[in-house]
Amino acid sequence: MAEHYSSFERGGRRWLLQRLTAVFLIGTLAFHFFLLHFVNHAAEITFAGTQARMSQVGYFATMVLFLVAATFHGVNGVYNALVNQGLEGTQKKVVGGVLALSGILLIVQGIRVALAMAGI
Amino acid sequence: MSQRYNRGAVEDFGRWREFSAGMWAWIFHKFTGWVLVGYLFTHIAVLSTATSGAAAYTGTIRTLESLLIVRLLEVGLLAVAVFHILNGVRLLFVDLGVGLTSQDRSFYASLILTGAITVASVPTFLAGAV
Repeated sequence: MAEHYSSFERGGRRWLLQRLTAVFLIGTLAFHFFLLHFVNHAAEITFAGTQARMSQVGYFATMVLFLVAATFHGVNGVYNALVNQGLEGTQKKVVGGVLALSGILLIVQGIRVALAMAGI
Repeated sequence: MSQRYNRGAVEDFGRWREFSAGMWAWIFHKFTGWVLVGYLFTHIAVLSTATSGAAAYTGTIRTLESLLIVRLLEVGLLAVAVFHILNGVRLLFVDLGVGLTSQDRSFYASLILTGAITVASVPTFLAGAV
């Protein structure tokens, strides 16, 4: 058996949240790619089509949850990768703060975009 | 909390022949993760044209999709996303203690399946651009 590697220590809170968001993202990322590249081709996307999809409550909620889960998963992944590479002390706190702020700003902007798409 | 592991420098090309399947899976998963999180920020930035009105949004997407390089980058993005998903499923199973003895083979299967899905998707992604 080949050796198994991970940037996360098993059992921690960030490890668990990374796994839980992963399970959700497997479905939503595959759905997102399939719907917007194979069912609706990306080159044929229009604002009217986007608005028709985003006006459906279930689709809107799924996309917002997708945004929140993807942002957390990505930012938490980067943070753990950097800690795993040896980030410590003040640098660790600063990087953690910058990443958390970046994630919050991305979610806020993403929700603004989602509301504009839905015509709200 | 994460722990620090000293795996040596990946940039030391001479070590690559010594890497196990698990090490390559870790490197590929990390690389694809960096690409995906970078793309997420770019994606929201592009979609932000929706806040400037319907014409700006549709025009921006149409312009980007008319560029062959964007279509090729989308194929690359699909490959990166598919590998991250398949290897992610593999990691979830490994964390549950399922398939530990064949985790190197499941990594190779992730690679082959990623290649097959990516190649099969090329006509769809390039339609109208070439």
